[in-house]
Amino acid sequence: MSLAAATSDPAAASQPPLVEISDLTVHFRTPTRQVHAVNGVDLSLERGEVLTILGESGSGKSVTLRTLMRLLPERRSQISGRVSVDGQDVLAMSQRQLTRFRGRTASMIFQEPMLAFDPVYTIGEQIAETVCRHEGVSRREGLARALELFELVRIPSAQRRLANYPHELSGGMSQRAMIALALSCRPKLLLADEPTTALDATVQIQILLLLRDLQRELGMSVIFVTHDMGVANEISDRIAVMYAGRIVESGRVEELIGAPQHPYTQGLMASRASGAQRGQRLEAIPGAPPDLAELPQGCAFAPRCPQASDECLAAVPAARGLSDIHWAACCRLPA
Amino acid sequence: MSLTLDGAQADAPVPAPVQGYWGAVFGRLRRDPVALVSGIVLLMILLAALFAPWLAPASPFQTSMLNRLQPIGSPGYPLGSDELGRDVLSRLIHGARLSLLIGVMPVINAFVIGSAIGIVAGFVGGRTNSVIMRVIDVFYAFPAVLLAVALAGALGAGLVNSLLSLTIVFIPPIARVAESVTTQVRSVDYIEAARASGARSLTIIRRHVLGNVLGPIFVYATSLISVSMILASGLSFLGLGARPPMPEWGLMLNTMRDAIYVNPWVAVLPGMMIFTVSICFNMLSDGLRSAMDVKL
Repeated sequence: MSLAAATSDPAAASQPPLVEISDLTVHFRTPTRQVHAVNGVDLSLERGEVLTILGESGSGKSVTLRTLMRLLPERRSQISGRVSVDGQDVLAMSQRQLTRFRGRTASMIFQEPMLAFDPVYTIGEQIAETVCRHEGVSRREGLARALELFELVRIPSAQRRLANYPHELSGGMSQRAMIALALSCRPKLLLADEPTTALDATVQIQILLLLRDLQRELGMSVIFVTHDMGVANEISDRIAVMYAGRIVESGRVEELIGAPQHPYTQGLMASRASGAQRGQRLEAIPGAPPDLAELPQGCAFAPRCPQASDECLAAVPAARGLSDIHWAACCRLPA
Repeated sequence: MSLTLDGAQADAPVPAPVQGYWGAVFGRLRRDPVALVSGIVLLMILLAALFAPWLAPASPFQTSMLNRLQPIGSPGYPLGSDELGRDVLSRLIHGARLSLLIGVMPVINAFVIGSAIGIVAGFVGGRTNSVIMRVIDVFYAFPAVLLAVALAGALGAGLVNSLLSLTIVFIPPIARVAESVTTQVRSVDYIEAARASGARSLTIIRRHVLGNVLGPIFVYATSLISVSMILASGLSFLGLGARPPMPEWGLMLNTMRDAIYVNPWVAVLPGMMIFTVSICFNMLSDGLRSAMDVKL
């Protein structure tokens, strides 16, 4: 398969990280209020690494992802900080550079694959269009590549499926097609915004395994956004937990799932349905996430935290390292 | 041997889809009996209009004082004659040219202009949208008939002016539909997906917005053709459109109005033609709506 890039390049380790985000803040302005969606996120991603950003709705995970491709509405969003992907400063790119960057260096798969395809063109045409745009090849070569991609994502009778319209595919099938579209120009970075949320459980697993295989085969880096811990556990090397626009804990999967340190992460782990006994109520974190227009002082989780003290309300807690990679931002941990 | 065969298969070019979008729409339209019949009737009227000089048995202008107001089926006048003794069948056939022209042209013009206005307003959004749409609303506030009559009256009687006034009448509703469809499409996931795969704004408008928006606007516009036919005939009836002795259905209806007590069947014929054409356009537009819905 010509798409398969060299896997696990030995030089990769010495290269600078593919993605570097430092002190990213994103505010949305509306006429009446200002929403603080992301409040100082630092993140880096090595080449060939899979990172999951875990968090509940409104924690800023999707916004962080969209900032990486500058997909947020320019007029209403205020972005500060530094975002660099593959050595390029994303926030400083011109529109021209952006169109070359999107789809080629980084590409994205969406939550609702059915809605992410244009209903009036066939799937094949849409993939071919992207290939033609970025690589300047003919339509026929574009379609040939689309066929190759369909086989790569294991769509049965690929040739026939290319001529299908989006509504003619099942949910799992269209997510595979979406992945094919995202991979069409061999991106270095794949961003996945809850790609399995809209699918049923059996299809979810298939898609996750496919993504994991493709990631290894093509040597891509992947940032995966989800609120499903099972998914995070399945696919990632590293997890970052987000709460109210900040990363509160980050570490390798084994460390974070096995020994969560931040009370929020602990709460998430305790609320999993898999650990519960039949007949018992599921454990839940009391309260609701804070209003992003009026963030509380100090630690944003403090109002819901069982271990909160006055210290937590004083200032936003700094990150405390627990191992070389694992860290958590909680006052209760030894600095 | 089998090796070369395999190789040949692998290199085989990817065949294009068997039928395009419009092929599929046409196929579905053909299977809709109502739309099919309406289409055939309209096609026949259109052909009659095109070949009027060869089809019409007599000249539409030839008067005959001796043969005024002949009933249907009289010798030499298969559909009777009008108040000046002209052959009604010939006038109806010739009248199709003008009536279709002033019925369809304003809608085509308004479709082009109205869609452009509406799509721009919908895609740009914000303040531009408000300004454009409020101006459109001013025109929209007048009843269509009143606006058409007022504009045609202000511009002066005549064919071109009645075309112009009808175009202006139809721009606001089409722009309105275009704007609302575009606003809906603009916020759909596939537009963001297209942006995420590196498409420029212009490409997005051209391929993804136009592709999804033109269908509904087009269907709406075809449904306006019947209204336009009736309004155009109305203008002619009032003497603001075609002038006598031009054969035009609305005008014929007017001039034969006095004969309605003498020869009612002949007098209502132009009205029946207007009615038939309008209803056929409406039915065809309905059929088109369901045929163009890819998801059905």
